[in-house]
Amino acid sequence: MTAFAILRSDTTVIGRWLWTVDKTLLALLLLLMGVGFLLLFAASPAVAEGHGLSPYYFVMKQGILLPIALLILVGTSLLTPKGVRRIACLGLLFTYAALVATLFLAPEIKGATRWVSIAGFTLQASEFAKPTLAVVSAWMFAEWAKNPVFPGRLVALLLYALAAGLIILQPDLGMTIVLSAVWWGQFFLAGMPLLWLIIFIPGVMGAGVLAYTLLPHVKSRMDRFLNPDTGDTYQIDQSLRAIGEGGWFGVGPGEGHIKNALPDAHADFIFAVAVEEFGVIACSLLLLLIVGIFWRGCRHVLKQDNLFIMLAVSGILIQFITQSFINIASTVHLIPTKGMTLPFVSYGGSSLLALAFGMGVVLALTRKGAAERLS
Amino acid sequence: MPQPPPRPPYAAQDVLKRARQRLAFVRFGVAMLFTVVLVQLWRLPFEHEGKASSKRVAQRGEVNFAPARANILDRNGQLLATNLVTYSLHADPAQVLDVDEAVRKLTRTLPGLNAKTLRDRLEDPSRRFVWIQRNLTPQQFDAVNRLGLPGFDCKREERRVYPLGRTAAHILGYTDVDTRGVAGIEKGLDAAVRKQREPLYLSVDVRLQHILADELQQRVERFNALGGAGLVFDIQSGEILAMVSLPDFDPNRPDLASNDAKFNRASLGVYEMGSTFKVMNSAIAFDTGVANPDTLVDAINPIKVGRFTIDDYKGKNRMMSVTEVFQHSSNLGSARMAMAFGGEVQQQYLRAFGLLSRQPLEIPEVGEPMLPHPWREVSTMTVSFGHGISVNAVQLTAAVGAAAGNGRLIPPTLLRRERPAESVAVVKPEVALQMRKLLYATVEEGSGTHAAVSGYFIGGKTGSAEKLSDGGYKEKKLLSSFIGVFPVYAPRYAVLAILDEPKGIKETYGYATGGWTAAPVVGGVIERMAPLLGIEPKERTDPEVIAVLGVPKIKEQVGVAGR
Repeated sequence: MTAFAILRSDTTVIGRWLWTVDKTLLALLLLLMGVGFLLLFAASPAVAEGHGLSPYYFVMKQGILLPIALLILVGTSLLTPKGVRRIACLGLLFTYAALVATLFLAPEIKGATRWVSIAGFTLQASEFAKPTLAVVSAWMFAEWAKNPVFPGRLVALLLYALAAGLIILQPDLGMTIVLSAVWWGQFFLAGMPLLWLIIFIPGVMGAGVLAYTLLPHVKSRMDRFLNPDTGDTYQIDQSLRAIGEGGWFGVGPGEGHIKNALPDAHADFIFAVAVEEFGVIACSLLLLLIVGIFWRGCRHVLKQDNLFIMLAVSGILIQFITQSFINIASTVHLIPTKGMTLPFVSYGGSSLLALAFGMGVVLALTRKGAAERLS
Repeated sequence: MPQPPPRPPYAAQDVLKRARQRLAFVRFGVAMLFTVVLVQLWRLPFEHEGKASSKRVAQRGEVNFAPARANILDRNGQLLATNLVTYSLHADPAQVLDVDEAVRKLTRTLPGLNAKTLRDRLEDPSRRFVWIQRNLTPQQFDAVNRLGLPGFDCKREERRVYPLGRTAAHILGYTDVDTRGVAGIEKGLDAAVRKQREPLYLSVDVRLQHILADELQQRVERFNALGGAGLVFDIQSGEILAMVSLPDFDPNRPDLASNDAKFNRASLGVYEMGSTFKVMNSAIAFDTGVANPDTLVDAINPIKVGRFTIDDYKGKNRMMSVTEVFQHSSNLGSARMAMAFGGEVQQQYLRAFGLLSRQPLEIPEVGEPMLPHPWREVSTMTVSFGHGISVNAVQLTAAVGAAAGNGRLIPPTLLRRERPAESVAVVKPEVALQMRKLLYATVEEGSGTHAAVSGYFIGGKTGSAEKLSDGGYKEKKLLSSFIGVFPVYAPRYAVLAILDEPKGIKETYGYATGGWTAAPVVGGVIERMAPLLGIEPKERTDPEVIAVLGVPKIKEQVGVAGR
């Protein structure tokens, strides 16, 4: 008892953090990052060689970024809810600036401009839009709930529309879909009238039809998904073959072949590499880990009495789970192929850092006593 | 944004409660979605089970793998083409630690390797994959494995092999190292051979194929010919039972074969066939009614058309019956007959005989006829005896088969026919009956006596075309041929033999014509194939023979004289 008392009375920042943070969630996140790094060892050397780089180029880069991501994760989780809000507001402003800069300054890569170079680092600004917008929107919705005179919903909508508009101009449809899922998800939780949902669903369908008719690459992807005979289904064929090859127990680490055949094996199709080498059973555990993180987060939210914390955490969890779903469902041919990173697993610096920030926010807001510190 | 609706007066607690409910709903939805993903993930290996597992078994060197190409069999199931599992050695230069050691050990184990080429390949930094040697034998595979060199690996491959070697090489064709069809059936039916699992049955009978190749080869050597071609054709079904082109090659090693050996003289080569065309010419004359076998034709004086003169090779310079014109192969008589029915009618009939256009086969090597252009009066005359028109051996054989069979042209095939093919009427059946008598008379006492075989009744026609070269006909360079139908009283088989530039020898009194060189090939083939196919010798007095050939003359009753 005394030991606990001593620890409890340890009022240093780290001591308080250790006592209040959800260590289970933290452990699950660290586990996922570890698994991701392991899979990158399997998937990326072939891709790196395909680009004429040294085999462990991507592994090294991710190896440098991982400690930074850990720092961001822990550092963010040390913040108070108010601190989170401030950082998010600043971050969102910065993100808008970077998104605008991306449109005008960025080089075109594979038909789209998504990366902007800042101080020697290439940054994908849209990755940071998701967590920062989620926090700021949650704040706006919460303020509106407290004080109906405050136009929180309108502000939130404008912020969302601006971000989504800038991202769709790049064009990056996948990112827009995730951003929209997050924002509309938060709005739904915050009390969007159910009538809106009835309007919203046809609206989404309408947008889909519009994207199908106006954007040629969306149309070709849909056509290939619905009718594989019409066009090039190389990626998904390779992916399905890899899963077939892998079977229950996989062909063994490093023994897979799909990574030699897919240029995006280290990012969008890393799950296929995982299935081929480690098998369906091991990858089901990975799936459980991902859903487990979401579930654990939801548990906090359901017990939460503070609307801001509730919405902010939900928003980031929705982002995490939406991206995971789109990535894996594409790989197993449930939905059309959509380039989407698997959180904490796919290679990608901006994605990793932004996710670390987002999950840091979740950890910060779900610490014991966080709500009390707000009110 | 649409005008925000007036905020309902919710208490903060209500907002929270509703948010919780909705989040529980969202969480339920997520759970459902991931359940679907999980089900799909567990379902996929089942879907790929058959394919993937059989492959894995094959990698362990066990049975039951799906071969890359279907086996090719002859009509009786004799294996002509199959696959062998082999191992091909390759290397990743970046992983080869000691190039000197690798070169030293490998050149000792695989003596065929060139040390310098090998070193160049292993020291090329730009490549991560180089072939060292394809298709190792099991002993070589084992020996290379024992070397234990890092950076080297063996890929399991299949190699196409032709167990009978040269037999039917031009029909089968061959494949490249990646077992893609390059020629013959392997190319023409590449897609089918890749896709289907059951073996592919050809129309070919390897026994006949061997007999034909053997008889032809003997004569090519004896008469020192450039090459030869031959066919055994089933007149009733349209199936090609044997097709030979000489010189031939070993499809297991097409890299060693010359282009001349790979050239298919039997289907790709088009030649002026000479007098064998008189078969069609006579059939047209009978069918149009301008002549019958006894009609007398003027074969007295050469015909002059412009700068051309048409004359006979060994002219009799007298009036001749149509039968005699055929028997003694008179160009003059044939030209007169063609003039009687005219060029228009001639083209119409020859088109129906399938001689004026390319007649596709299952192999890509099919030559297209070369026709006189324009088709003048003199063309009509020369075409009547097979000059000024070039066709391939297959279409010629099919046409003669139609003229002597039942008057119907049946499309030739290299695949075993399970059901009869559509045939097209060209001449009346009675005409075919008259043709049999003409063909028989030629072997009995005409230019084709060297094809006769005791006890078997063969009809046939010789052909000796002067080869066109450097813009003129060369009398010494002949394309000598003979086409026989058998048994002539009820034709079932057509046998064609062609010799390219045979040279006369002492035994033939210096002659190199079809009657002296090619006719014995056909006789020899029939003599050997008849017993195999269960065709019994018959007496000249047999009612079935008499019904077609009429009552024999006295001398015939002792049977046809030897060749």
